[in-house]
Amino acid sequence: MLNDETMRIDNSNRATTIRFFFDGQPASARVGESVAAALFASGTKSLRASPREHSPRGMFCLMGSCQECLVMVDARRVLACRTPVADGMRVETVPEAGINA
Amino acid sequence: MPDFDVLVLGGGPAGVNAALAASAAGLKVALFDENPAAGGQVYRAPISSAMPPTGDLLPGDALRHELDQSAVTTYFNHVVWAVTADYRVDAAGPAGPVHCSGRALIVATGTTERVVPFDGWTTPGVIGLAAATILLKSQGILPGRSTLVAGCGPLLAAVAAKIIEGGGKVEAIADIAGLGDWGRTMPAMVSRPDLMREGFHWVREIWSAGVPMLSRQTLVKVEQAHDGLHATLAPCDAAGRPIAGKQRSVVADCIAVGHGLTPSSEITRLLRAEHRYSRQAGGWIAVADQDGRTSRPRLYVAGDGAGIAGAAAAGHHGTLAGLACAIDLGTHLGTHLGTDLGTDAAQLRSRVQAARQAHAKAARFGRSMAQLMALRPGHTDSIEPQTIVCRCEDVTRAEIDAACDAGAHDMNQLKAWTRCGMGPCQGRTCGDVAAELLAARVHGGLREPAGCLSARTPLRPMTVEALTGNFSYDDIPIPMAAPL
Repeated sequence: MLNDETMRIDNSNRATTIRFFFDGQPASARVGESVAAALFASGTKSLRASPREHSPRGMFCLMGSCQECLVMVDARRVLACRTPVADGMRVETVPEAGINA
Repeated sequence: MPDFDVLVLGGGPAGVNAALAASAAGLKVALFDENPAAGGQVYRAPISSAMPPTGDLLPGDALRHELDQSAVTTYFNHVVWAVTADYRVDAAGPAGPVHCSGRALIVATGTTERVVPFDGWTTPGVIGLAAATILLKSQGILPGRSTLVAGCGPLLAAVAAKIIEGGGKVEAIADIAGLGDWGRTMPAMVSRPDLMREGFHWVREIWSAGVPMLSRQTLVKVEQAHDGLHATLAPCDAAGRPIAGKQRSVVADCIAVGHGLTPSSEITRLLRAEHRYSRQAGGWIAVADQDGRTSRPRLYVAGDGAGIAGAAAAGHHGTLAGLACAIDLGTHLGTHLGTDLGTDAAQLRSRVQAARQAHAKAARFGRSMAQLMALRPGHTDSIEPQTIVCRCEDVTRAEIDAACDAGAHDMNQLKAWTRCGMGPCQGRTCGDVAAELLAARVHGGLREPAGCLSARTPLRPMTVEALTGNFSYDDIPIPMAAPL
């Protein structure tokens, strides 16, 4: 029932897999998945660094409240949990709070 | 002339039922929600690729179908960022900004999950119990290969059971509540045999998977190591305070933790309706009658955002608010609008009676569950000085205490002095816990004098682009220069 590699609960096998990029690294998602969920499933849990302590942060509430999963898509600031993955989408960390800032 | 009779904010069970009731009574209704479909968090629609193959009807499908069949105008994928005193709503949607006005406003904005901070709770891989539910039910993704489920309330068992059903491993369930706390919910549980059966089904799945169910255990620390997240669990007392005793270490790659829900009352606070603090209801709520009428004319609240009582009660509460709104607008407007609202008033009132009874029954169960999730004073009091409380601004417990000792006596002063609650989440994540800390240190534990963070627009962080939409510079009015 579970695809162990992708952490996806496999109900149907009918889902189309699409590719996208996070800071240039390829990642995959099923159609309809949010950027946050797709990255979390692939093991990418750090999305940015906190502004004061520069400690790693990632998705936390998944419902658009906590604002922790802020990323850049097409040069726009979006919440990864409220953004569905599109084929070929390029997702980047926010510039002023990169993981290595 | 307003665009609509009623604007409903929130598309969960409360908002949808409010919209349906008002629309059925002949009112022109618009409903706003951030999500792509109705259902709220509890009945959140799964993405198409995570749908069950059999096409089974899911909870929420009936709600979505009824809304589709109704005359309600819906604005899904719209983030409401401002609401004004004359009930004008500003939202940002996929096609740009939307502005609407209504004669009345029904606020059904649900709740935010509360997580009481512990060392390492900001570590990536630590997520809310509600977040885990969204991953499992909506996205069809396991939160981890192995997951520790911790906190309190019915979501513990719900999340653990879903992980097991999905083929994942639950390392342990650490519940702050004791068996006695659960025992006290039994009378209310018996009143809802259907929900009790669902609960027992979860517990059976958890038992047969051999998952340790630890009661009166609380998560005190999480550290990132090469083989995953290392969590430390400690025994705790009834107030949620860790006590001396054997600590356990659990390794998992995801930690799902939640300590109850707090009503999202930003909009009614922004509109200066009267509010009160209720620990039982989850936090600050608008003062309202049993049908959701607030202290402000033609402003209503419905569902968990008006005080935690659970999804079943939220639906009935929404119906009540929709009917209340129809009755109130009807008595003011029925005649000169030329509608039959006035003559239908008796019929509306009989529907109110039925909905009040259904609500009272459902709320009894929901409120007993809410009691398991109420904030425990010993729990917040045991937050370590170095622990971050405000995630957005990295403000620690010690900084909050220092500001309190220096004279900060309410939440807005605390915010100004420490930046606690000033970041992009606008205090939704930390506000309740920070207020509890301030109340304990300055006001002998009383929450009313500690107050709450002022609600401010934009209600969500917005880009200027999302607010302006496409515009021509020629359309910007340029005022005449002052005649000097």
